[in-house]
Amino acid sequence: MHDLILYIQSYLDSDRTPGGAGNIFWATVYILLVFGGLSVAVIAMNWLERKILAHMQVRLGPMRVGPHGLLQPIADAIKLLLKEDIIPAEADKIVFWIAPFIVVLAAFTVFVVVPFGPTHAITDMNIGILFMLGVSSLSVLGIVTAGWASNSHYPLIGALRSSAQMVSYEVAMGLAVLSVILMTSLNATGTGTLSMIGIVQAQLAQGEWFIFKFFPLGLIGFVIFAIAMVAETNRAPFDLPEAESELTAGFHTEYSGFRWSLFFLAEYSAMIAVSSIAVTLWLGGWLRPFPNALSGPTWELVFSLFPGITFVLLALMCFYNTARMPKHPLFKIQTIGLAGFGVVLGVIGLLLFLTPVRVRVTDIFWFAAKVAGFMYLYIWYRGTFPRYRFDQLMKVGWKVLLPTGLTLLICTAVWAMRSDVWFEVIVPLWHYFVGILHWLVSLL
Amino acid sequence: MLAATMIIGGVLVITRKNAVHSAMALITTLLAQAALYLMLYAPFVAGVQIILYAGGIMVLFLFVIMLINLERNMKERQFNKQWLVGIVAAAALGGLFIAVYTTTTRGKVLFPEGRMTYGESQNTQAIAGLLFDRGAGQYMFAFEIASLLLLVAIIGAVVMAKKRI
Amino acid sequence: MDAMLHITTLHYLVLGAALFLLGVIGVLTRRNVVIVLMSIELILNAVNLNLVAFSRYWQGIHGPGALHGQVFAIFVITDAAAEAAVGLGILIAFFRNKETVNVDEVNLLKW
Repeated sequence: MHDLILYIQSYLDSDRTPGGAGNIFWATVYILLVFGGLSVAVIAMNWLERKILAHMQVRLGPMRVGPHGLLQPIADAIKLLLKEDIIPAEADKIVFWIAPFIVVLAAFTVFVVVPFGPTHAITDMNIGILFMLGVSSLSVLGIVTAGWASNSHYPLIGALRSSAQMVSYEVAMGLAVLSVILMTSLNATGTGTLSMIGIVQAQLAQGEWFIFKFFPLGLIGFVIFAIAMVAETNRAPFDLPEAESELTAGFHTEYSGFRWSLFFLAEYSAMIAVSSIAVTLWLGGWLRPFPNALSGPTWELVFSLFPGITFVLLALMCFYNTARMPKHPLFKIQTIGLAGFGVVLGVIGLLLFLTPVRVRVTDIFWFAAKVAGFMYLYIWYRGTFPRYRFDQLMKVGWKVLLPTGLTLLICTAVWAMRSDVWFEVIVPLWHYFVGILHWLVSLL
Repeated sequence: MLAATMIIGGVLVITRKNAVHSAMALITTLLAQAALYLMLYAPFVAGVQIILYAGGIMVLFLFVIMLINLERNMKERQFNKQWLVGIVAAAALGGLFIAVYTTTTRGKVLFPEGRMTYGESQNTQAIAGLLFDRGAGQYMFAFEIASLLLLVAIIGAVVMAKKRI
Repeated sequence: MDAMLHITTLHYLVLGAALFLLGVIGVLTRRNVVIVLMSIELILNAVNLNLVAFSRYWQGIHGPGALHGQVFAIFVITDAAAEAAVGLGILIAFFRNKETVNVDEVNLLKW
C-alpha cells in the first residue's frame, strides 16, 4: 500500500505528460478522469443552463425534482434512456446509426491535448492547436450525415445550414488562432510553437496573457474567436439550425432517446472544448492571475487558497438556501438533500485546504474556473441575444469576421516585427513609390 | 492494422453503390492515413490532412452528393462497360510495381535504412524553415503559386456552379 | 512483440502502390462521376503516402531538417482540394443541364 502511494507520488511529481513519457497506464487513467470530469461537467451544465436562463428571465427554473432542481439532469437522462428508439422508415440504417457517434467521437477526442496544467494533459502533441481545430471540424461530417440519414427534408436543410455555418466560422477561428501563434514566437529562442502547453508557457515567459498583448490586437482576436466559437458550436444566437421554432429542431429532429442525448452530449463537450481553446490561447490556461507580477511565497499561498474558498462559499450558499426552504413537512426530504449537498461541498472545500492537495489542484482549478466563466458567457448569450437569420449569420461570418481576422493577422505580424518594420516594409515601399513617380515623370 | 483499414476503406470506396457510403469509407481511409503519417513522424502533415482532407474536402463531397439527386442513379448499373479492360490495365500496373519493388541489382537491398534518430518535437518548425526562411527556404515561390492556384480554383468553382453567369 | 517485423520504407511504398491501384480501378470502372472523383482523391492520397515515406527515408540519410517530402505532400493536399472543388463545380453544372451523373452519358460533343 505504501509502495502504491510512493508510486503515485513519484508519478505526480514528474515533469512530463503521460503521452510524452510514453506511459500507457497513466495515460489511460487520465483519459478516464477527463471522460468522467467531462460527463459531470455536461450534467452540471444542463442544470446550470436551465437555472441561470430562468433567473435571467425572472423565473425560478426547475425546483421540484431535487432540492432546487439539482436532480433534474439525472431525471432527464433517465427519461432519454427509456424513450423509444425511433428510426425513420426509409432511413439509411448504417449511416443513421453511425452519425451520432462521429459527432461524439470528434467532440471527445479534442480533449486529448487540452492542458489542465503544465504536465496535466493526456499528451502534448507538437501540433496541439492544429489537432484541436482539425478534430472539431470532423464534427461537421457527423452533422451532415445525420441530416442525410434522416431522409426527411427538415433535417436535411438543417444539417446543410448547420454545416455551412460551422465551416464558415472555422475560417475566422483559424485566423484568430494564427495571430496568437504569431505571438508565441516572441519569446527568447525566437521560435513559436503549436503545442498547447507551449502556448501557455510562452504566456508565462512573456509575462502577460495574450488577450492583453499588443493592446488592442489581442483583445480583438479574442472577441473574434469568442464569436466564432459560439457559431461553431451552433449555440445561441447562432442556433438557427437547431432552434425549435424555426426548423423543428433541425438535423436532430428524427433522433429520439439515447441518440439525441449523444448529440446533446457532443454539443456541450464541443462547447467546453472550444472554451478551453480560448482559455489556453488568450487567457493564460492554468496560470493564476498575475503569475509574474505578484510572485513570491505569500502570494502563492494567497492564490492557492482560492479553490478551497470557492467550495466553502458554495457550501455556505447551500446552507443559506436550506434555511430559506419552506417549513412544510412535504419539503423535509428536499431540505435534508440540500443540506447534504452543502455538507459534501464543504468537505471538498476543506479537503482543498490541505497543503499537498492544494499545490496540485491549483492549476486545474484556475483552468476550470476560466472555462466555467466561458460557460456562463454562453448561457448569458442565450438569454440575451435574439437569433440571427441564416443569411445574416453567413454575412457576419464572411463579410465581418474574415476581413477583421485577416487585418488582425497582418497587424499582429507587423507589430511583432516592430523593430524591422521601418527597414523592411516602410522604406522599400517608399523607394518603390518614388521610383514609380520618376517613371511617370519621365513619360511626360 | 492501419494498413488493413486503409485497404478495406479503399475497396469499399470503389465498390459501394450508395455514394454516401463511399464517402464515409473514404473518410475512414483518410483518417487511417493521418494516423500513418503520425507513425512516419510527420505530425504537421497529419494535422493538415485531418483539417483539409477529412474536414474540408469530404464535407464538400458530401454536400454535392446531397444536392444532386442520386436516387435514380443507385438503381442503374454501377460498373462501366469496359470494367474488364480497366481491371486488366490496373493488374498490369500492379505487375509493374511488383517488378520494380522486388528487383535487386547485384544483391543491393532496396532502400537501406539510415539512422532514424529523429523525434517529432521540432517538426513544424523545420517545415516552416523550409517554406519561409529567408536564407534557406526553397519553397517560398511554390507557396505563393499554390495560393494563386487556390484563388483561381475558388473563382472557377463559383463560376461553374452559378445558375446564371 | 518480438515477432513483429520491422516496418521498412518498402512496406509503406507497397501500401501506397496498393491504394494507387485501387484508385485506378475506381477511376476506370465506375460510372458515377462522384465516385470517380473520390477515387482520384484515393490516388492522390497514395502518392502523398509515398512522398512522406520517402521523406522519412531521406531524413535518415540527410539529417533532421530534410523534410522536402512532407512539404511536397502539403502542396499535393492543397492541390487536391482545389481540383476537387473545381471538379465538383463542373459536375454540378453538368448535372443541372443533363440530369445524370454517369460518365457514359457525357457525350454532348459526340458526333
